[in-house]
Amino acid sequence: MSTYISKRLIYMLIILLAASLLVFSLYALTPGDFISGNLKLSPERKAELREIYGLNQPLLERYFIWMKNALHGDFGYSLAQQTPVLTLFNQYIWNSFLLAIVSTFMTWLIAVIIGVNAAYKQYSWFDTLVMVGTFAAMSIPSFFIGLFLIKVLAVDLKWLPPGGMLATGSNATGLAYLREVVHHMTLPVIVMTLLGLGSLTRYFRSNMIDVIKQDYIRTARAKGLTERKVLFTHALRNALLPAITLVGFELPALFGGSLIIEKIFNWPGIGQLYMQSFGLRDYPLLVGFTMLIAVLTVIGTLLSDILYHIADPRVKL
Amino acid sequence: MKNLLEIEHLSTHFTTEEGTVRAVDNISLRIRSGETVCIVGESGCGKSITALSVMGLIEEPSGKVVEGSIHFGDKDLLKLGKNELRAIRGNEIAMIFQEPMSSLNPVITIGEQIIEPLMVHMNMGKREAQKQAIRLIEQVGISRAEQIARSYPHELSGGMLQRIMIAIAISCNPKLLIADEPTTALDVTIQAQILDMLRKFKQESGMSILLITHDLGVVAEMADYVIVMYSGKIVEEGEVVELFSNPKHPYTRGLLKSKPIINQRQDELYSIPGQVPNPLELESSCYFHDRCDNCMAICRTDEPALKEITIHQKVACWLYEEGALHVHS
Amino acid sequence: MSSMSEISTGKVPKRTPLKSSIWKQSMHRLFKDKLAVTGLIVVIIMFIACFIGPIFSPYSANKIHMNIMNHPPNMRHWLGTDGLGRDVLTRVLQAGRISLTVGLASMILSVFIGTLLGAIAGYFRGIIDQIIMRAADLLLTIPSLPLLFIFGALLSEWKVPTDYRMYIVMVMLSLIGWPSLARMVRGQMLSLREREFMQAATVLGLSSRRKLFHHLLPNIVPLLIVIATLNIGGSILTESVLSFFGLGVMPPTATWGNMIDAANNMLDFQNRPWLWIPPGFSIFVTVIAINIFGDGLRDVLDPKKKR
Repeated sequence: MSTYISKRLIYMLIILLAASLLVFSLYALTPGDFISGNLKLSPERKAELREIYGLNQPLLERYFIWMKNALHGDFGYSLAQQTPVLTLFNQYIWNSFLLAIVSTFMTWLIAVIIGVNAAYKQYSWFDTLVMVGTFAAMSIPSFFIGLFLIKVLAVDLKWLPPGGMLATGSNATGLAYLREVVHHMTLPVIVMTLLGLGSLTRYFRSNMIDVIKQDYIRTARAKGLTERKVLFTHALRNALLPAITLVGFELPALFGGSLIIEKIFNWPGIGQLYMQSFGLRDYPLLVGFTMLIAVLTVIGTLLSDILYHIADPRVKL
Repeated sequence: MKNLLEIEHLSTHFTTEEGTVRAVDNISLRIRSGETVCIVGESGCGKSITALSVMGLIEEPSGKVVEGSIHFGDKDLLKLGKNELRAIRGNEIAMIFQEPMSSLNPVITIGEQIIEPLMVHMNMGKREAQKQAIRLIEQVGISRAEQIARSYPHELSGGMLQRIMIAIAISCNPKLLIADEPTTALDVTIQAQILDMLRKFKQESGMSILLITHDLGVVAEMADYVIVMYSGKIVEEGEVVELFSNPKHPYTRGLLKSKPIINQRQDELYSIPGQVPNPLELESSCYFHDRCDNCMAICRTDEPALKEITIHQKVACWLYEEGALHVHS
Repeated sequence: MSSMSEISTGKVPKRTPLKSSIWKQSMHRLFKDKLAVTGLIVVIIMFIACFIGPIFSPYSANKIHMNIMNHPPNMRHWLGTDGLGRDVLTRVLQAGRISLTVGLASMILSVFIGTLLGAIAGYFRGIIDQIIMRAADLLLTIPSLPLLFIFGALLSEWKVPTDYRMYIVMVMLSLIGWPSLARMVRGQMLSLREREFMQAATVLGLSSRRKLFHHLLPNIVPLLIVIATLNIGGSILTESVLSFFGLGVMPPTATWGNMIDAANNMLDFQNRPWLWIPPGFSIFVTVIAINIFGDGLRDVLDPKKKR
């Protein structure tokens, strides 16, 4: 097990290094930079600033400087906000995490319940309805359903606030603050849950269908167990097992924010930060964010593998 | 002796894309207390479906018991509600299956799987059930019972798992044990041990056994009464000695002929010619007619009924029908 | 198998009738699946409406009429008119042409690249496999949306004419799409390689090209058809995201994605929903129909993934 993991770790590092070079060069290729976009500056001042930020040096040299600093845990300063990138991430990431963790939890809960019941009543009208519903969830453009719900629920019906995390100018504290945040996050959570439900419900449904056909389910029934116990203890344990690998794959989504949802709902998360910075060409932040997701992706994949080995008694390394 | 189980005119059908399969077609049988009844037949003859019908484990909606009654004691199992049936399952009627490897849940420990029926049917607490589980594991002849209780199915051999299945089945002292090909998936040496164990428990507890097998060796060793099935129907039944020494139906004779006999060299093992008919294309006839050496005209057009020909034996064959003989072709 | 009978008997191999009967069977089963058939019908209607519909429209998609700006849906303009007096319905259908074409073309491209690279990696193994799969790993590690944003920004900088942008967007989408496909094709190849019929082919001394193209690839065709179908839906969705953010296909070439861009204007968003809701629903209806049909195909063609 340990040699396997150390091999994986080395490979992870190599992939991340290659990814960082690619990401860095791509952003460097991206037209314009933070300084040239600023109309207030005189050409002399611009040249000066370029000198200061090292933007006039060759690409590779800049990459190596960035890499050296990154290895020391320094991902540079955001040019627009004059704050260390990591400090900014720390400020925004928890807002993203809040949205992601709540909607992920809701998605899993609802997907398991619907998936199990649909599998149990395979081919019934309920099952057909679920199938069509999951396809619908997988086929909606995320930005469109977000806009649509804002229009209906926030603009027309005025049930929920259209965006942001707090009401404008709000200085609520304590419980009032909490209530305001919950009020504001309801709509984005609904949309994120809806979007996630499709594939996950299908996944649980088809897993359950496979499991229900197994001999050991017949044995469980032959023992005289209640149907509930057969389904939720014997079958679900087996159906959930492969799903453990998904936990790792959720990692980038949990901490990486959602570019589209946060933009649409004006949620002060890390994805929104990225979208703003993209327009400004705030390279240190853009590179930092992209690499953050890459790191999370790689760690998530490894985590999935490890979790699977721990969870399944049949697989022992 | 009293009848423990009485199946009458049971028909179980399956609906497939191609049509309806009459997997079990109007069969009747009974099992007395303490008796071992064997159902013999080739795969697909409906013997397992008969057992599953008794357990109420036919997969709906594709399969359905369409007709008949199954009396267990004074209750008709087919008329019981879900909960009443569940109270009998695993408790008064227990079942073990052909594939021990796949019949136990791979992600739940052996111990946990044994205690479930104890907690459901015997109202035991978890502690008590765990102790009882250890005793049961020892009873089926496995040492290091506590360690086994903590292990997962994949860590044990097929023979051990079948013992565990037996432990689960006998845990609530059932009156009837249904064993569906319990030894087919096992090595020959293990087979004998498993059969010995079943016999031992039967003697100790006085339970009845419904044993389903295609192996006539197993039948000879275990059965008091034998039922031969073919294409969803009973073609012959009788007490074991009678049936083995004096088989009446051509199919039974063929089966017995195709069994190797120890100490007796044969140049070539007999095999019944032809194949089991397609269950979708059955028309009124004796379903065995195209494989039968004694086929007559009537066999192709009419179905023989199961008739008592001696006190100990019944057969469904035109050869033994009075008045049918002169239509001989 | 067929090559063996060719050699030994010299007769015409009876491959075609067998193959067609399997396809016939599959199609027969597909047409029994009501849901899948409904999906297919909707897809066909959508294609016909988008490619033929505008011809019958009395309005031109791009002609500006300043006197009928921002009319809500009415008898003459079923979906109203936009800020330049253009008929929204005509524009939605016209935009559908582009969206469907982009979806279809980038699917073909990514399936082609993915299959080719995956098959090569899985068949030849060794160093080629390493290079291809490491490249795929790399692309899968980097989040795709930022990657697409960068490409989109590059396109704007290079002042790619809007007519051509559409083609480059196709290439971009397939660049993002091929790695997961290549991985799967490779996996299939590896498991097929170990099967008996491939050993038989080796024993017969067939060339590796013949083995690859005549024996291995045909076996994954059913799977590819399923994936390709579902891929169209995905491509349409991604294109719409890009165009919505102004990084995909640009106006005046209308696509469903950049039509929804109207919602970025506060007034249009709140008061003129007919400008952005119809293209959104068009995406939704098209993609759901494609997905349902693709799933029906999967049931029929991929025996392992029965629902």
